[in-house]
Amino acid sequence: MENELQNIVSVLVERFDVEPKEFRGQTSLIVSPEKIFEVCQSLRDEHGFTWLEVLTAVDYWPQQEPRFHVIYFLYSIDKSMRMGLRVPLPSVSPTLPTLVELFANANWRERELWDMFGIHFDGHPDLRRILMPHDWQGHPLRKDYPLGYEEVQFTFNAEEIDRDKPYAKE
Amino acid sequence: MLDQSEFAFNELRHLVTDRAIEGETMLLNMGPQHPSTHGVLRLLLELDGEVVVNCFPDIGFLHTGIEKNMEAKSYEKAAVMTDRLDYLNNLGNNLVYCMAIEKLAELDVPIRAQAIRVILTELQRIASHLVWLGTHTLDLAAISMFWYTFRERELILDINEMVSGQRMMTTYFRPGGLWRDVPVEFEDAVRDFIRIFPKRITEYEAMLNENPIFLERTKGIGVIKPEDAIHWGVTGPMLRASGVDFDLRKVDPYMGYEQYEFDVPTHTDSDTYARYLVRVEEMRQSLRIVEQALDKLPYGPVRSNNRKYVPPPRSELGTSMEAVIHHFKLWTDGFEMPEGSVYAAAESPRGVLGVYLESDGSTKPHRVHWRTPSFDNLQMLPVLAKGHLVADLVALVGTTDFVLGDIDR
Repeated sequence: MENELQNIVSVLVERFDVEPKEFRGQTSLIVSPEKIFEVCQSLRDEHGFTWLEVLTAVDYWPQQEPRFHVIYFLYSIDKSMRMGLRVPLPSVSPTLPTLVELFANANWRERELWDMFGIHFDGHPDLRRILMPHDWQGHPLRKDYPLGYEEVQFTFNAEEIDRDKPYAKE
Repeated sequence: MLDQSEFAFNELRHLVTDRAIEGETMLLNMGPQHPSTHGVLRLLLELDGEVVVNCFPDIGFLHTGIEKNMEAKSYEKAAVMTDRLDYLNNLGNNLVYCMAIEKLAELDVPIRAQAIRVILTELQRIASHLVWLGTHTLDLAAISMFWYTFRERELILDINEMVSGQRMMTTYFRPGGLWRDVPVEFEDAVRDFIRIFPKRITEYEAMLNENPIFLERTKGIGVIKPEDAIHWGVTGPMLRASGVDFDLRKVDPYMGYEQYEFDVPTHTDSDTYARYLVRVEEMRQSLRIVEQALDKLPYGPVRSNNRKYVPPPRSELGTSMEAVIHHFKLWTDGFEMPEGSVYAAAESPRGVLGVYLESDGSTKPHRVHWRTPSFDNLQMLPVLAKGHLVADLVALVGTTDFVLGDIDR
């Protein structure tokens, strides 16, 4: 089984120029945003990774380039193998192609990433907020989004304080 | 500011059919306070008479930002929040979270702790299936089942209370083992349950298996083809009732599941009735595992000895300066984790429950993501509901067996 996974990895490295990594027994590939659709398509159709198990993201703010990593775990039910994919994304307008055509459950998971991280998915049929209210401002799981409390204001300028305070404005 | 109904229509205009815009079909809200939606789930339905044309689940009413909150707490404190995710599978959530930490820190778990973890999570699986069976049949107008199943669930909650002091929010599993060893009464309580419960399952089956109303409401409703189930990421009993033999306890054993003999029930009918049969059989198999684990429950410590992660026992504090230092460090600052990311998954009563944990080397997690089974299972509901009656939708909501705390996190 280990051998089979190694074979798949070397095929993908050659074809898509991905960078393999191994940590605690989990193989992951670092894939560029342009190639993620092709890599997933190849994994699904040629290597039997038919189930999208995880789709999530990590924010490395204040690091800007890359600021986000989008993380996929694909699973092959026939071979009991798991493959991790990591896609680095920049801070300015992070965008990825949608995987809804390949895996139907990517629909809500991509909506969640849009809602929580502000990562845009091109070609998504219904990219709305999913967990937060429809008129919510900001993307809560970003690291520069405060956790509920008010940020300390280091100024006596009342106008500036008013502008930065996180309460509802009309 | 738009009022609520206007907003809902504009927001979903691209999803509904043209017939809804012409007023030929009707848009109707089911929930968020409808009793059969098992929590606060809003289903916006497009109806042609009583037939569901389209169904749009609206989730997020129970969103509590657990993933964000966990980033602000030390690893041990964040464990308390895991109970609140899937409130019918608290111990299972504790288990997955601890497994992720143990995998990243390469922390050992003593075999007695592993066996007790298996016993308690399997009991929790039975308790969760009992809630499902009670509420599912309640929705289908078999009210008496609810009282029977909750009577048995109470026995399991009593065991939870005995070991952890809490009926539901247990936080009993800790990184590296258990909070403390089980009390002496534990074995008798579990043995009592093993003695009583098989008869009760037979009773449930006698009430439902041949019940014409139940059969009428469940047979042929919500058929999922196996390839569709995988395409939609459906896991757990819903996947197995479609004939796919996939259970993480078998294919990727954790906590020593490989030592126990049990079968993974599957069915090929793929309808609501098949899912009922699979879940009831799963309760029997869980009981088998509990019995085996209890028979060969080893003696020994229940928590790892690694003082970098596990606080020393109370008795050492009076005699050892080192123990005092470790105690102070672990209860003020918490432990530091190695840098890196891991993914750990286990089979919850609803499907594959996974934790993606990323550490930046500090005492707080950099990112915790919960891959929850209900989230994917509910996504398939609109596909199943299309063309069925509203009354069948209630059966489908029941058979999906989602927990809103698990979906909204």
